[in-house]
Amino acid sequence: MAAHMNSMEKLYNLSSNNATSFQKKTRSKLVSIPGTRPSVQNGQLIVSTGVTSLDYVIGGGLAVGTLLLIEEDQSDSYSQMLLRYFLAEGVVCGHELFLASAQDHPENIMQMLPSPILDDNVSTDQGDRPPTPLHLHDPDAMKIAWRYQNLPKFQTTFGSSLFGHCYDLSKPMEQQVRQAAKCHTFYLPEEKTAAKESSHLTGPYAGLLQCIQALIQKEGFDGSSSQCTVRNVLRVCLHSLGSALWGDDLCCSESPTHYHALTTFLYALRALLRSSLSVAMVTVPSHLIQKRVIMERITKLSDTTLTLESFQGSEKETNPLYKDYHGLLHIRQVPHLNCLLCAIPDTKDLAFKLKRKQFTIEKLHLPPDLSESVSRVSKVELPGCGPTSKHLDF
Amino acid sequence: MFPELNSILNTSPDNFKEREFIVLSDKQADASFLIHHYLTFYLRARCKVCFLGLVQSFSHYSAVSQRLGVNLTQAKEKGQLVFLEALKASPGVLLNKGTSDGIQTFDYLRSPFPELRGLFEFVHSSLTESGDDDGKPWGPPVLLVDDLSVLLSLGVSVGAILDFTHYCQATICSQLPGTMVVLVRRDEEWDEEEYSSGHLLQGVTHQCSLSLHVEGLSTGFCRDIHGQVAVWWRKRGQSAQSQRKIFQYKVHDKGASFFARGTSSAVL
Repeated sequence: MAAHMNSMEKLYNLSSNNATSFQKKTRSKLVSIPGTRPSVQNGQLIVSTGVTSLDYVIGGGLAVGTLLLIEEDQSDSYSQMLLRYFLAEGVVCGHELFLASAQDHPENIMQMLPSPILDDNVSTDQGDRPPTPLHLHDPDAMKIAWRYQNLPKFQTTFGSSLFGHCYDLSKPMEQQVRQAAKCHTFYLPEEKTAAKESSHLTGPYAGLLQCIQALIQKEGFDGSSSQCTVRNVLRVCLHSLGSALWGDDLCCSESPTHYHALTTFLYALRALLRSSLSVAMVTVPSHLIQKRVIMERITKLSDTTLTLESFQGSEKETNPLYKDYHGLLHIRQVPHLNCLLCAIPDTKDLAFKLKRKQFTIEKLHLPPDLSESVSRVSKVELPGCGPTSKHLDF
Repeated sequence: MFPELNSILNTSPDNFKEREFIVLSDKQADASFLIHHYLTFYLRARCKVCFLGLVQSFSHYSAVSQRLGVNLTQAKEKGQLVFLEALKASPGVLLNKGTSDGIQTFDYLRSPFPELRGLFEFVHSSLTESGDDDGKPWGPPVLLVDDLSVLLSLGVSVGAILDFTHYCQATICSQLPGTMVVLVRRDEEWDEEEYSSGHLLQGVTHQCSLSLHVEGLSTGFCRDIHGQVAVWWRKRGQSAQSQRKIFQYKVHDKGASFFARGTSSAVL
């Protein structure tokens, strides 16, 4: 993938070759980009998706250089939420963002990002005033050792190197926080339709591909320009590709005219991602695509694929088994990245729920069935042996 | 290369059959671990290899081959391996960057009727050009394609791909005695129209001499057994009988283990 990874591999090889535990200080060669860390499983550089439970399920995080495909739920509400978490994480980590949409204006999407939960004490001036020990007076506060009481709970610096943050969905992100991040947008109705003889294969997506490639080359994410010494990650978010608003009739007809447009675009996008420090999240309204073959091809062309199945409006909403959750999350595909194995999740029964402030993904477990034991006590009827006790205990 | 697979197929880097057309296919599984096996196998056997990397970058294969004990960068420098980085070159070709009229290799991305003639010319020239390893000539040439079904997603018709494999087979397996290994990934939904990879797989399997079909287990996901491999020796010529066998496999970090059905170490 990126040249960055070769130096990381050298580091691991170094430590295995040395007989002693002494490690040469080659860490200075490794570029540490805020908001990223090497994966524990295979050493790939990963970024957080914004939802820590989703990170856990896809193997620690999203590897830089890969494509995450999300098959939208019927109302597109949860997939948009995942996009917003992804963008918010990019803002907090100081990554650059690229947002493309054909439906909502990117500015509207950016205004609805969840705000990160940061420690209030240290946000204004760092270390000048001692943090007020509020929790001493609060009887419900957790008792922690005195040594740690005065330390801030969360790291607060923006461009923070912490991996994965907590967000509060009930509050939108503040403007000055948002504007600290560089965001490039692509709003299809406002783009000039340049009539160039681009290859017919990309069709409606030619302009979008051109824009992404130009951005990667200009800002040096592929390591081409030697001036950029500070390396950063580019987060690409593409909302609802394949829908009719993009000019593609994949979702509208049984035999679409631009049959290969979306698949060719995803192929080229993955090629761009592989050769640069970028990561992409793409949502596709798969429930509208008539031909299942195309959806399979799209899945094979991406790296990680998830499907969101929400219970809204379906018969599962009233099913008592699912009463705690709002939908199911299916993992369709996990990638093999530079190794033969892939990160197999522990369980394939995952469900998500949206609380007032947070979106979490959990292992689906059935609630204990209490009705049977209740009825057992009341329904005991002896076949008439006399006035023995009604409850038989063994 | 995987030693257990070598013993199942009765081959080794010192002694393998030439003029073979091997087809790797999968359905609801990922057969790309077999491509890594064949790549390292033929490099160990000192063959001249032409690899069409249509879905992954060179560094991916290099990282995996390093774990299997073969250095791809060195092989490329010595001239033993010719690697076509088709994935990385595709955005440039699609957006018409640069005047690459001379390079017809990527014609399948360009013209209104995408065709693979340029790709075949590339394969032909890379396998027939002379080169040697300090005076000793390389072994029989090998073509590896990973994978062929992605061309369907790029707009190439099934007929054009079958023409390409036929030309390659005629040149490589018959003229210069060599070997061909292609990977075809089958879609689950069998579409009746021409876009289906099921048709492509049928056509290519008919042309081949050995087929390895990887599938998931019919009973579902299992952590210890990743799936099953159906090996089909399609013999031509004298002995007309063909032989089929099924094995189960599990992929590790540094290889894969193959065992007869029901004899997984997790079960016994």
